[in-house]
Amino acid sequence: MKRILQGNEAIARGAWEAGVTVGCAYPGTPSSEIMARLSEYDEVYTEWSPNEKVSMEVAHGASVAGGRALVCMKHVGLNVAADPFMTISYVGVKGGMVVAVADDPGQHSSQNEQDSRQWTRFGKVPLLEPADSQECRDFTKIAFDISERFDTPVLVRSETRVSHCDSPVELGERAESGIERKLDKKEVSKLVMVPMYARVRRQVVEERMKNLTSYAEEDFPYNVMEINDPAIGFITSGVSYLYTKDVFPQYSYLKLGMIWPLPKGMIREFFNQVRKVVIVEELDPFLETEIRAMGFDVSHGKDLVPSIGELTPTIIERCLSKAVTGKEPVSVPARVETEELPKRPPNLCAGCSHRPLFYALKKLRLFVFGDIGCYGLGVAPPLSAMHFSTCMGAGVGGSYGAGKVVGEEGLGKICAVLGDSTFLHSGIGPLMDAVYNGGYSTTIIMDNSITAMTGQQEHPGTGFTIKGEPAPTVDFEQLARSVGVKHVRTVDPYNIKETIEVIREEVSRNEASVIITRNSPCMLLRRARPQERFEHSCYRIQEDVCRGCRICLNVNCPAISWVPEAGVTKDGEKRKGRSVINADQCVGCALCVQICEFGSIVPKAE
Amino acid sequence: MSDNGETKNIFLSGVGGQGTILASNILGQVLLEAGCDVKKAEVHGMAQRGGDVTTHFRYGKKVYSPLIKEGDADFLVSFELLEALRYINWVKPEGKIILNNHTILPPAVNLGKMEYPADIEETFKKHFKENVWMVNGRDIARELGYIQVANVVLIGALSNFFPDLEAGQWIDVLKDILPSRLHEINVQAFQEGRDVIKAPNA
Repeated sequence: MKRILQGNEAIARGAWEAGVTVGCAYPGTPSSEIMARLSEYDEVYTEWSPNEKVSMEVAHGASVAGGRALVCMKHVGLNVAADPFMTISYVGVKGGMVVAVADDPGQHSSQNEQDSRQWTRFGKVPLLEPADSQECRDFTKIAFDISERFDTPVLVRSETRVSHCDSPVELGERAESGIERKLDKKEVSKLVMVPMYARVRRQVVEERMKNLTSYAEEDFPYNVMEINDPAIGFITSGVSYLYTKDVFPQYSYLKLGMIWPLPKGMIREFFNQVRKVVIVEELDPFLETEIRAMGFDVSHGKDLVPSIGELTPTIIERCLSKAVTGKEPVSVPARVETEELPKRPPNLCAGCSHRPLFYALKKLRLFVFGDIGCYGLGVAPPLSAMHFSTCMGAGVGGSYGAGKVVGEEGLGKICAVLGDSTFLHSGIGPLMDAVYNGGYSTTIIMDNSITAMTGQQEHPGTGFTIKGEPAPTVDFEQLARSVGVKHVRTVDPYNIKETIEVIREEVSRNEASVIITRNSPCMLLRRARPQERFEHSCYRIQEDVCRGCRICLNVNCPAISWVPEAGVTKDGEKRKGRSVINADQCVGCALCVQICEFGSIVPKAE
Repeated sequence: MSDNGETKNIFLSGVGGQGTILASNILGQVLLEAGCDVKKAEVHGMAQRGGDVTTHFRYGKKVYSPLIKEGDADFLVSFELLEALRYINWVKPEGKIILNNHTILPPAVNLGKMEYPADIEETFKKHFKENVWMVNGRDIARELGYIQVANVVLIGALSNFFPDLEAGQWIDVLKDILPSRLHEINVQAFQEGRDVIKAPNA
């Protein structure tokens, strides 16, 4: 039976069919749906872990006990999980262990666009790269077999245009793994990586790579040669294959399903069969570097194909047509100069609790160390209330470190903000550091009670598991106090005056402090009934009162817009225009009501 | 399908939250059941927070790339007017345009820094002549009492361009994908959309 599945859904399906027993992940675009979908299968234990390192370790524990395990993350998540990952390579597995990592070329939703294929050589672990949903299912399934056969974790590398593309998949049934579930004390020399044992495993890892190379060469079914017109032969993989095949269908292809180790003999055979070889790959010249190092004469690769951003059929046609067909691509004149149209960047939702909080930070003129999540949108003008952001948890350490340099001059001028999920992911360590080593940073936990940006996933602070079952809930206040923070406050961000006062007091203090927002669940979290906390469901701006001062526009609310019509208020004040509230979008958060200096915003009759 | 086995491209655009994903899911299921290979691509995550969203939808005998090549779209189905104009260069000269008569102001316009482009329908008609259809998807959905079904109204309009497929095939898929409490309203929305435009034999 064929069904249309998203790439991520197909990875989950492949794992389920392979008899996976444990699945762990921390959400991250574009990988999040893998675990969300896997959690819908009753036979599998699944979890949202606090972070990717924990996911990796839980999955490996499951594998060592004989269960097949899947761990999923976005590309930057593998940085967090790198510590266990690099040594799991030495320890190996008992039940098959698959690490699914999803890259984001083009940085649709990411802070960088690192190429996860680099982990494969670095970690000495094989990597499979599917191109579409069918391959997501097939490659994930076979990855479990490879893992057990060669006693290694296996990477399955996806990316935005694989994870978030839908295509038909032939479904299969689930087969339970026959591996015995037990722990064995006799395996200490394989499981305890103290130097004397790890040195032995180091040798085993090299031996394993040799065996895997033979496998890639002889047995792996998804390295495929398609010999058509031999004038040009493309070596490519993943979605780059699909783009290239679409643009240049008549030529020959070596499509690699396994990126590491590479099948050198097969590559040699391909060079023998075609006249010119062009390598097409997204991001780094990974295949090109390796294939050139093998001594082959590659005609084109990164000299023509961009290393930055994602590839598309349009880009492939533009950069390769001349070299492949001898003809320049036909360019059609633009009907409209679309680059000049108003952009539509993502924005905080109407009523979002982050908006009043950022407004307060802006009023206080703080240097805000930010973090990864919806609150990253606080950097966008006109809110412009974030001044630093690298990775999850980094704002807490960053603000504390900066305070060590600017000293007392910085009191009242610096704070860190991060979300509830991000704080649990990696904010606790730096908070402890600030207390232990005498920093004065103020950490604001913007608690919207969910992992929001990635699409509403649970975490240890929400009270629910991935399967929606009730779970113990982390108490942020108690947690902060337990690491030694003496000043822990809560604020209702929708009360602007109170919020500004509390933040002002805490950032001025020469000690570490924590502020937690309350009454602030995500607007999209239906179970929290976010709109019910507002007194009125909608406001309007009295046309004859608005002075056109534009202060309400500066909070970048999607419900408020400017009408550029000159006029006069009922008090005879001249104005160049006025603001209006779009009733379809307003949810009644009343931030604008509190900042309007002329009392022009009133509840809309209900 | 009467497409001689070649791959056809439908480009959908709109604003996060307008329901482009459900619309493309319906398309995908209908065409799969009609015996086609299908691929579709969309971006989730940060791009959804009120930002512009696009879906590349392709179908045919065998589809490779999930992304459409610029200038190769056979259809542009847009849920918002500015988001239609943004992708005007993606359409083939003989391509067909279905516009939802709906405007959502982007931040720069809200702030009074830029103007919302005027005469978008006319711009399309200048380039695509009679191949432009304006649908009041939002008004129809509002009259039906459920503003969210504007996406299904547009799918109803688009369904006219698949003469080999009967309304029942679309409706069966709608019922298959949606929970039963939403069946009636969505079937109505589909029918209204289907009746709104008189399509020539596509």
